[in-house]
Amino acid sequence: METATAPIIELKQLKKKYGDHVAVGGLNLTIRQGEIFGLLGPNGAGKTTTILMLLGLTEPTSGSARVCGLDPTRQPLQIKRRVGYMPDDVGFYEDRTALDNLIFTAQLNQIPRQEAYRLAEQLLERVGLGEVAGKKVGAFSRGMRQRLGIADVLIKRPNVIILDEPTLGIDPEGVRELLQLIHDLSRREGLTVLLSSHHLHQVQQICDRVGLFVRGELIAFGDVPSLAKQLDQEGLITVELEASGFSDAALSELSTLEDVVEVRGSVQQGDTETTTVTLLGKRDLTTEAAGIVIQSGAQLQSIRRKQYGLDEIYHRYFEGGGLA
Amino acid sequence: MNANVNGNAAAKIARLWNWLPIKHGASSATETTANRSVPSPFWIIVRKEFGDHLRSWRFGILIGLITLACIGSIYTAVTALQAGVKTQETDTSFLFLQMFTASDGTLPNFTTFVMFLGPLIGISLGFDAINSERNKGTLSRLLSQPIYRDDFIRAKFTASLLLIAVVLFALGFLVMGLGLFTIGYPPTPEEVLRVILFLLVAVVYVGFWLNLSLLFSIRFRQAATSALSGIALWIFFSLFYSMIMGLIDKATAPGDSSALSLLLRHANMMLFLNRLSPSFLFTELTTTLLTPGVRSLGPLTTAQVVGAIASPLPLGQSILLAWPQLVGLLAATMICFGISYALFMRQEIRSRS
Repeated sequence: METATAPIIELKQLKKKYGDHVAVGGLNLTIRQGEIFGLLGPNGAGKTTTILMLLGLTEPTSGSARVCGLDPTRQPLQIKRRVGYMPDDVGFYEDRTALDNLIFTAQLNQIPRQEAYRLAEQLLERVGLGEVAGKKVGAFSRGMRQRLGIADVLIKRPNVIILDEPTLGIDPEGVRELLQLIHDLSRREGLTVLLSSHHLHQVQQICDRVGLFVRGELIAFGDVPSLAKQLDQEGLITVELEASGFSDAALSELSTLEDVVEVRGSVQQGDTETTTVTLLGKRDLTTEAAGIVIQSGAQLQSIRRKQYGLDEIYHRYFEGGGLA
Repeated sequence: MNANVNGNAAAKIARLWNWLPIKHGASSATETTANRSVPSPFWIIVRKEFGDHLRSWRFGILIGLITLACIGSIYTAVTALQAGVKTQETDTSFLFLQMFTASDGTLPNFTTFVMFLGPLIGISLGFDAINSERNKGTLSRLLSQPIYRDDFIRAKFTASLLLIAVVLFALGFLVMGLGLFTIGYPPTPEEVLRVILFLLVAVVYVGFWLNLSLLFSIRFRQAATSALSGIALWIFFSLFYSMIMGLIDKATAPGDSSALSLLLRHANMMLFLNRLSPSFLFTELTTTLLTPGVRSLGPLTTAQVVGAIASPLPLGQSILLAWPQLVGLLAATMICFGISYALFMRQEIRSRS
């Protein structure tokens, strides 16, 4: 299935230097049609620079990029016709109405005025700004601006949309709605979405694949489970147990289990309350641990094999593991 | 019905646009599928900018200021002319042109006002053209649309220049009209031509300042820095430059009894230094165009004047006399534009930084 769709963005050894500072160093990346790809990294990791190179807004020092089969440095105009880009902290002409702003963008894309008007109204309705279409953008809140930004990106009917930090500075509910909107759009119209963020949970929610970007290098990429697998390279699997009536004997028995590396958690004396124990093993110890706890007469309340979220992955890589 | 009429009008305008000898953006040529009735992005930006300027407070204030100044200058011109004609002091040939150049001493004349306030229009229309877009975060959004970068700055320049042209021509014709009313002396075709040429030159002159401030708006990220640099240069050239030139003149002047060649060389050098200032070039241009009696802009020896008939120059000769100055102004404008172009094309566009 993955090989069936052609790559729409292809980066090969893409490099950008500012003087001695390497902003992006030898980036290889392929993004397929219809995919939602999350570019994840801390501030200053080179995400925006990469995006600018994709659009031909800045020239790569070396390497090549292909977007929709076109070269951004040679054919920026054709690319800009097919790619919608929403910069982080997108700005609009504040003393113009939302509708005016959209129509202006549409006309720059050679859409006739009447069609532009119709499209703009449709899109405003779609992003939930239908009622404020005639209001000046100056009075808009941050979340409304971002949604207007999405409409602005869509009005040229792009194949690819690139969103730079789309969720920055919006309240949690707004973020949820915005991400839902992006997800719906991508699924319904087959849009390829590239979004950059430093906010893990949000990216995790909607992205098909994620690339971790640190100091100009893509240190890992793939879908969230496969990233977790990459993280598990040390072979440690975490199991979390919650039980009441735990005894010291059970705890020591747990630690004598084969392949256990570490047992965290202690038992309070005469305890009938819930205790949490974390078990780190070289293999999946869930069943055996459960067996021991139950045999010891404790009440097992929950047991789960811990899945790595992006947070841990992110943290782990940023701690230096990825750069060592 | 209404929509139909609009459509027709749009088609007509589009035809007009196609006719204009300006690059319509290669986009319309390559994009064969694009609807023919859609103007090129260049003209869309021009239209938007023009509208923005017209609606801005800044423009309203400037127009008010300049109109007041012009009415004042007409008043002094008219009183001066009436007094002059009564006492037979005024040369009645080209009386109409004196509407623009005469003054009774209480207020400067029209050309001086244009020379002094014109740069202010130019600077105020251009000083935040690029950097405000950058600071508002609209620049990166705009440039991610399928437009050429140079289209963007050319459109900014064209829109402001169009506005300046409209303002200056309106003011010029206003002065002419009021002049007809008050002195009741109809202009000859040559006089009308001279006035129109003068207004064109004024547009070029203000265009220079506009370009300079556009350059500053590209170079400086802060609108305030750019405005201050523009105003500093404006004040320097309109006030201090002549003072400095006076100082240099005094310091380097040869004695009165020096040889003619020495005196001439000194005069020519001073003229050259003065001509580095755009306001001086503009003054020379306006005097030649509006005062047909001016026969030369450089020093003349008595030997050269001997035998010359003191008559006004025909229009062609006046233009010929002022041509180098006009070219100088245009060149200065071009240089500013070239630098801004080079700077802007190489700039990396990031949002709000």
